[in-house]
Amino acid sequence: MNERLVQLEVLRYNPETDTEPHFQRYEVTCKEEWVVLDALNAVKESIDPTLNYRWSCHMAVCGSCGMMVNGEPKLSCHAFLRDYPGVIRVEPLANFPIERDLVTVADDFIDKLKRVKPYLIPAKPKAIEEGEYKQTPAQLMKYRQFSMCINCMLCYAACPEYALQPKFIGPAAITLAHRYNLDSRDGGRDERQEVVATNEGVWECSFVGACSEVCPKAVDPAGALQQVKVASTLDWFKEHLLPGGSK
Amino acid sequence: METINTDVAIIGAGGAGLRAAIALAQADPTLRVALISKVYPMRSHTCAAEGGAAGVIKSDDSFDMHFDDTVGGGDWLSDQDCVEYFVKEAPKELMQLEHWGCPWNREADGSVAVRPFGGMKKQRTWFAADKSGFHILHTLFQTTLQFPSITRYDEYYALDLLVDDGRCQGLTAMEMRSGLIKQFHAKAVIIAGGGAGRMFPFTTNGAIKTGDGMAMAYRAGVPLKDMEFVQYHPTGLPNTGSLLTEACRGEGGVLVNKNGRRYLQDYGMGPETPLGQPQLKTMELGPRDRVSQAYWHELQKGNTVSTRWGECVLMDMRHLGEKKINERLPLVRELAIAYLGVDIVTDAVPIRPVVHYMMGGISTNTKAATPLPGLFAAGECACVSLNGANRLGSNSLVELLVFGKSAAMSAIEHIGGLPAPNAAALEARAAQTQARILDLFSRTDGTESMSGLRKEMTDTMEKNVGIYRTEAGLKEAVDKIAQLRQRYQHVVLNDRSNVFNTDLFQVLELGCMLDCAEALTVGALARKESRGAHQRLDFTERDDEHYLRHSMVYYQGLDTPRVDYLDVVITKSPPGVRDYSGGHK
Repeated sequence: MNERLVQLEVLRYNPETDTEPHFQRYEVTCKEEWVVLDALNAVKESIDPTLNYRWSCHMAVCGSCGMMVNGEPKLSCHAFLRDYPGVIRVEPLANFPIERDLVTVADDFIDKLKRVKPYLIPAKPKAIEEGEYKQTPAQLMKYRQFSMCINCMLCYAACPEYALQPKFIGPAAITLAHRYNLDSRDGGRDERQEVVATNEGVWECSFVGACSEVCPKAVDPAGALQQVKVASTLDWFKEHLLPGGSK
Repeated sequence: METINTDVAIIGAGGAGLRAAIALAQADPTLRVALISKVYPMRSHTCAAEGGAAGVIKSDDSFDMHFDDTVGGGDWLSDQDCVEYFVKEAPKELMQLEHWGCPWNREADGSVAVRPFGGMKKQRTWFAADKSGFHILHTLFQTTLQFPSITRYDEYYALDLLVDDGRCQGLTAMEMRSGLIKQFHAKAVIIAGGGAGRMFPFTTNGAIKTGDGMAMAYRAGVPLKDMEFVQYHPTGLPNTGSLLTEACRGEGGVLVNKNGRRYLQDYGMGPETPLGQPQLKTMELGPRDRVSQAYWHELQKGNTVSTRWGECVLMDMRHLGEKKINERLPLVRELAIAYLGVDIVTDAVPIRPVVHYMMGGISTNTKAATPLPGLFAAGECACVSLNGANRLGSNSLVELLVFGKSAAMSAIEHIGGLPAPNAAALEARAAQTQARILDLFSRTDGTESMSGLRKEMTDTMEKNVGIYRTEAGLKEAVDKIAQLRQRYQHVVLNDRSNVFNTDLFQVLELGCMLDCAEALTVGALARKESRGAHQRLDFTERDDEHYLRHSMVYYQGLDTPRVDYLDVVITKSPPGVRDYSGGHK
């Protein structure tokens, strides 16, 4: 199998010893079919055990290993060396504080997930013994794509609005709220709208679409946000223009 | 050292830990639940499970049939009272997930759909495309967010259990962000820390699966049970080891050797079934142990295909067609294209067996209780003796639900009327843990590199403790692991900082894996028979007279562990012949 000497420029930062982040260069022999994560693992194993980053599944489903690779948010287990012929620059995900090296502080994203109530609030609760809520394949397909989010946070790193306005609930969390709103079993949309249909929610989004471009799972958060905007606008018209309102 | 007081502490926030947390929160909202994990819950390895979860739901199926498949699949090493309980609880738990929003695939009428799986006589595997584990994990995680009594401690690395007065009363854990060690005082502890596949170099398991929970219980005196039973999944990608789900074969994929022969028919799983018409419990829908063993024989005969990733056989799914593949196996297609450059729609994909799952683990009973009062365990880290000598695909996602809930209920039962803890005694034990970690930081005479020791361990396991084993190989492995455990006492910590120090966590994880590897190799050497996933070239038959028993391995510090045995519980199915001939025998 073909091998290649790969040059990595990795952002390093240790809050205990460094006043600011700096780049460190590594040269490491890699197989041509490897991903950036494999190269980092080779560095950690044989060159520099003090390099720190998160990873686990190596199959693009656990969402741990998001990083900036040559300036773009990527899962490092899904960033193939063959796509990066020159020096590869690796940095922590943009728009999040650095905890150490390539490890970011994820608290803000985790808090936002919780705020949108991303769980089924049944329209008509029923007992387990009564069996499943019927849901046709067509009803499933309405929200399935939006249920594929692996919480990797690449969309936050790509989002220009989140960069400017950290209060923005952001693409993944709003998409998750939308996923439950679209679920035929759910009746919790009004509760979620209190968080989602606000100026910190969907109205902060200027529809740049960078989130959908970087999404490794083709969830299309930009499409979800657009649908939420349309639905929220319809709510407004129903409430204000129809006789008696809709509520 | 900071003390966090809680009622129940759960170590691990994958499927089993999350299910336990929800059960606790629902049963008694006044209970304080601490959910402690070295990764954010959605990073847990449950997310990588693909195929689905087994539970009787269709009218042509029965609990008895699920029982028979599981007990026979496990080569009669399952405890049958456990299996009886499991098969009855399974559909309830899967229905519960449906009520929590899990996006199960559906029939046209809106009811839940099921698919065929290996070793199962009926279609009973519920699935969400080929991302079933991912959806189960996220559904559970998201459901926990509504319960205020659950406090998460994300990115806390659990170190040691706190045992006093003959019962487990908490644990110590390091906050990874600060390096601070904290003690959790709890009335009950549930370990849900996952498996230990990373002992092996070629595995479907993520980096986090290092047996921390198993080792923690083992060091506290709890036996590890049936550790010698390691499941090889027959169809892994040959370079990365990533899993290609058994659903590939459930949907009709076939395995062929270099001559194009569907070779499983030569190993007691024939006769050949028509292409595109998979038949339950035979040929490609045989059990994982048999299918992986058949690969080994093909390799010996020179029937495998040489690829640039080594020797392989081929899995052919082309006849399924693009539409069905996209609908049922989208992740498999995506993985094979990305990592191997093979599109399963147009080409057969090279595969080989890969270490996937530990049947063994922390010894528990049907109530998910360990022999140590106050300590419970569930999921892959536990050995509740559901899976016996070989787990059937799609039983483990249900196992973590059924026994995650059991662990919670048993914990609640345990904490009623307990005497007040002796805080001073617990603190003294926590101080011992702190001293152990400090020693790593202050050591100046270290000689052994972590990555060097780890490589020697994984090489030994692959060479001597694989699909087929021998006395000589196992002796070599036992000796080697014992040496590595000695040498580990002199391991060097290269990174001495406090903040997110992954060098430190890898050193600690290696210690846990070496403990697990010790129990595994000692158990394998002592079991002089072939059963399920434990195959010996020198003892080729199952020996019910001597080994219809669970191996129980007890930690003895740096000395050789003690091996004891526990009888298998047989309620209604006496040991019989495993028949995968599709009724043609």
